[in-house]
Amino acid sequence: MDILVVGLNHRTSPIELREKLAFSQEETQQAYEKFLDHRLVREVMVLSTCNRVEVYSWANTGGEKRILSTLQELKGVRKEELLPVTYVYHGREAVKHIFRVASSLDSMVLGEPQIVGQVKDAFEQAMASEATGVILNQLMKKALSVSKRIRTETGIGESAVSVSYAAVELAKKIFGELDRKKALLVGAGEMAELAAQHLVNQGVAQLVVVNRTFSRAQELAEKLHGEAAPMENLPQELVDADIVITSTGAQEYIITRDMVQRVMRERKMKPMFFIDIAVPRDVDPQVERVENVYAYDIDDLEQVVEENRKRREKEATKAERIVEEEVENFLHWLRSQEVVPVIVSLRNWCDEIRKRELEKTVSRMKLNGEEAKALEALTSAIVNKILHPPLSYMKEAASKGEGEKVARLVKELFALEEKDEHKDRDQRQ
Amino acid sequence: MKIEPGLFSRSTLGGDVNKMDIVIFRVAAVFYLASALLYVYYLFRTRERISKRAYLLLTIAFMIHTLALVSRAFVARHLPATNLFESLSLFSWMVAGGYLLLEWRYKIPILGSFVAPLNFLGVLIATLNPQTVRPLPPALKSTWLYIHATTSFLGEVAFALAFVVSSVYLIQERYIRKKRLGGLFQKLPSLGQLDELNYRLLTLGFPFLTLGIITGAIWAQYAWGAYWSWDPKETWSLITWFIYAAILHGRMTVGWRGRRAAILSVVGFGAVLFTFLGVNLLLPGLHSYSSM
Repeated sequence: MDILVVGLNHRTSPIELREKLAFSQEETQQAYEKFLDHRLVREVMVLSTCNRVEVYSWANTGGEKRILSTLQELKGVRKEELLPVTYVYHGREAVKHIFRVASSLDSMVLGEPQIVGQVKDAFEQAMASEATGVILNQLMKKALSVSKRIRTETGIGESAVSVSYAAVELAKKIFGELDRKKALLVGAGEMAELAAQHLVNQGVAQLVVVNRTFSRAQELAEKLHGEAAPMENLPQELVDADIVITSTGAQEYIITRDMVQRVMRERKMKPMFFIDIAVPRDVDPQVERVENVYAYDIDDLEQVVEENRKRREKEATKAERIVEEEVENFLHWLRSQEVVPVIVSLRNWCDEIRKRELEKTVSRMKLNGEEAKALEALTSAIVNKILHPPLSYMKEAASKGEGEKVARLVKELFALEEKDEHKDRDQRQ
Repeated sequence: MKIEPGLFSRSTLGGDVNKMDIVIFRVAAVFYLASALLYVYYLFRTRERISKRAYLLLTIAFMIHTLALVSRAFVARHLPATNLFESLSLFSWMVAGGYLLLEWRYKIPILGSFVAPLNFLGVLIATLNPQTVRPLPPALKSTWLYIHATTSFLGEVAFALAFVVSSVYLIQERYIRKKRLGGLFQKLPSLGQLDELNYRLLTLGFPFLTLGIITGAIWAQYAWGAYWSWDPKETWSLITWFIYAAILHGRMTVGWRGRRAAILSVVGFGAVLFTFLGVNLLLPGLHSYSSM
């Protein structure tokens, strides 16, 4: 039995194939029945996002072939199509891969936060469908906690890696909370709209849209839950605006230093932040020389994003170390699991014998409560003392990776029946 | 060889003095150092666990320091603010207490990374001064000593914290203006938050400073028979008062906020420091008894 990953992602396969292989929720449900309809695969979970389709399983040797053929069957793709783009990982590599995926180390945008939620949802669905068991449950819980640990202990998700997010992040570092700040959107470029949308999402108190064609301003204002104003009002609107996003097609500066100087005096020097996304620029870079005025143009923001990306890459090496460490922890737990079922049944078996014999003696000798209690303690002590060395031996062997062999031996020695939950489920089906 | 009265020389502990308070003070100093180191470490590894421990160490240092001050007050039988050692010790104690309140209220532990080391520096300078308890000059025996010293100190503590907040503001502002968002940029608070905090501390400190000057004048009337004698310390307090008055006035009327407010707050604290230390050490005057 081994942990197994079969999958494909944005690096190995084109979008067309990923689309074809993507699983909807209902499809996943059906897929679980198909995957588990065989003793080869004991536990299974499917993670399907726009960048990857992966099947995680706890399976016997040959499980990967079974999973690949099930995928072909379910999705109607040919083997020649599927094989060159899929990767298969076993054991340690599989665990590492799953941890890296959940921690966003394998994502297209390093450290992006969505993947954690996607992994969590997929896991919850698999759990609800009873497709997972002891092993995958522990593995996925661990994967999610590793992801959380990496997020708090490294800066992998810290700084913005898109221009519009970087702009919002800067606004927050200038103003603190944005809930009493007013934003002004001048012009209607796509990226400016995106930045304005982020600002609205971050709880900006008010958004005003100014545009040369007023109807366009109204349209955009409605979309962003803001207000529209005509271009002539720009100087007046600037007085109230804390954050100004510009993206007009104007050939010369529409916001000049003189203008800003006047505005700043009128607003009693309250800080202003200009985000100039237009090319050619809308805001005269000289405005920065006015006190408490900050201006970033598209090049500045792109440079910030580039630096942030580099910083994330640096943080990723820290994250990889955490992954290595946690993989080790998990494998240790996994190895101990090889003997746990046998330990449990050996204990139960001994205890059953003890209880049966104890009962006989107690009723035959007509012992009173206190005597029976003493006898109970005596027999328990004997059983525990006898069991102690073999149980420690089994645990020891498990941590050395010989758990499976020893477990089999003990099972044969004592003629034990394994009563783990896999068996239960197999019987159910 | 001349032996300088210093940290560990016996000569600083006069034979008639109960050394207990100085021993306790040094224990507190060790805790101040530990807290400062941990707070600085927090700059590099921003984990809540670290700042919580640094805060705890600072609280312990503060409590031990309280004990030292109380035991000294018992020995000296007056408020321990009559020589440089005592003044610095009392001042550091109040800064520590003030900062503990500030972090408890505003939860910006990164400020501790700046306050704690500076405060430890104050403690260190205090230990470098003679620590003997001297009998209070008869002229100074008055309840006004308590009121004057306490109010002045409270004002100065608020200004000291405002100074740190403003320095952090200027560092953060530099990152944003230079468009280099590495280093401490992510870890430092927003400009808005720092500006607001600076303003609150200034409005808190100013009434105390005013009160300190007024009570000082009343006390001077009792002690020296004149409300105001243009002694250097008096003059410099007045200069300090005008600087802070200007900052607050400027903010309310023409909007001296942000960068300008931060710079002025730093300048203002320079004046506070000069009034507190510079005058004692450099300029002779009526307050000069507290220089040694």
